[in-house]
Amino acid sequence: MKDTFPERRLKIFFLNVQQFFALAARSVVRIFSPPFYYREFAVQFEKIGVDSIFISCLTGLFTGMVMALQALIQLKPFAATSYVGGMVCVTMVKELGPVLASLMVSGRVGSAITAELGTMVVTEQVDAMRVEGTDVIKRLVAPRLKATVIAMPLLVIFTDTVALLGGYIIAAGYDINPLMYYKSLPQFMVFQDLIEGVVKPAVFGFIIAMIGCYVGLSTHGGAEGVGTSAKRAVVLSSVLILVTDFFMTKIFIVFR
Amino acid sequence: MEKVSYSVGGRQIIRDFDLTLEKGVNRTILGVSGVGKTTILKLLLGLLKPDSGAIYLNGRPIAGMRESELSVLRRNIAIVFQWGALFDSMTVGENVGYRLFEEGKLSVAEIKRIVLEKLSFVGLENTIDLYPSELSGGMKKRVAIARAVAADPEYIFFDEPTTGLDPIGIYNIRHLMQMLQNEGKTTLMVTHDLHTAFAVSQKFSFLHDTRLILDGTADDLRNCDDNAIREFFSPTRESLFITDHFVEPIIGLAIPPKE
Repeated sequence: MKDTFPERRLKIFFLNVQQFFALAARSVVRIFSPPFYYREFAVQFEKIGVDSIFISCLTGLFTGMVMALQALIQLKPFAATSYVGGMVCVTMVKELGPVLASLMVSGRVGSAITAELGTMVVTEQVDAMRVEGTDVIKRLVAPRLKATVIAMPLLVIFTDTVALLGGYIIAAGYDINPLMYYKSLPQFMVFQDLIEGVVKPAVFGFIIAMIGCYVGLSTHGGAEGVGTSAKRAVVLSSVLILVTDFFMTKIFIVFR
Repeated sequence: MEKVSYSVGGRQIIRDFDLTLEKGVNRTILGVSGVGKTTILKLLLGLLKPDSGAIYLNGRPIAGMRESELSVLRRNIAIVFQWGALFDSMTVGENVGYRLFEEGKLSVAEIKRIVLEKLSFVGLENTIDLYPSELSGGMKKRVAIARAVAADPEYIFFDEPTTGLDPIGIYNIRHLMQMLQNEGKTTLMVTHDLHTAFAVSQKFSFLHDTRLILDGTADDLRNCDDNAIREFFSPTRESLFITDHFVEPIIGLAIPPKE
């Protein structure tokens, strides 16, 4: 008996989910087994991490500035403008820093990973690698995954730091001196918030790399297919970042 | 390959296909575009999984084999893809020495010596530091041949090796294939280029409408009465999608004569 349209769609969806998790599991295992492809890791770390510093910092700067601006407007009637640093800090470290930096990197790096791997698939380079005896997951996926998972927390630390600086630039206009701003930073935070601030981007990095690689390696249909895959990877990873952020926040609140 | 069938998205590509590749017997798979010739190469290499039938490499069935086990069996096989499939991010030298670097058994100096030797075999020793994007189509195919032979495989598969090349490029590729055969390599080629096919192959498989309709020598092909094969070599008015005005000079593209 032939499948109906929704049945077929559901089957394809669950097949994709299954294949995604299978690829993710294999990739994680391969991160810890030799050969480690250090050069490939270094190249990817530069592309994913170093080259994303500027865009992350820019995101952090303007987000920090707008956060401070909004907070100051709300705090001023209560004569509580001295708390602006703390408000910017807690919002950036726990939520906006990881989420916004990850969304930016997902657009910049996730699509690039997908396009690169997708092009390799449609030009038969991946087949050529397999024939040459290469474990494609180890060679192509593991270095990208490792680089993204390590680079994302570092990028978010940069983003948060620049956001706090941006916040101060605005706060300075409201007669808040640097010491007052600095002292207010830890007022709304506990140590666990810092852990949350680096664990989240590492998980988001995992999502960006794995979605990028999975969609890239599933590409078919030539140049048009590569374009479609890149678009799909960005949408999927952006949505997954937002959904995962919600559930991770719930988990961190439970353990607070 | 025994009774191999393969389909994609409900479309049958090949059905009950049989093929035996004997050492020293160079074979060409012929057939019109889109008939599934490249698919056969990919099935043989374990890059695609058949719907049914059995594929053996060195006498071992590859069904259910893990990629790592397949890699060991593929050690004796290389393929030259239709457009070369050179790795964009690597230089020509790194492409040619790719398998040797991956295996990690030889020193860098030794690999470099082999790379230079293989590049000089295809007449491109000066391109070692160039990137694939800096090469012409013909040069890419020659580099792909150098990469294929770098690890000294016994069998080399060629996927449309002369497609898109000028006559000199075609001659170069044909000459390289003959040189490889003289060195004892066994070749399996899929192509539409009849002159190259007849110049380098002793056995032919003809694929038509998902099935193998002939497996034999050049003489078997010449003497075959099957309509599909006759049409392939000498298209008639019915099979050409062009106006009558242009038909006459094209009809009768003769099968290459016996040398």
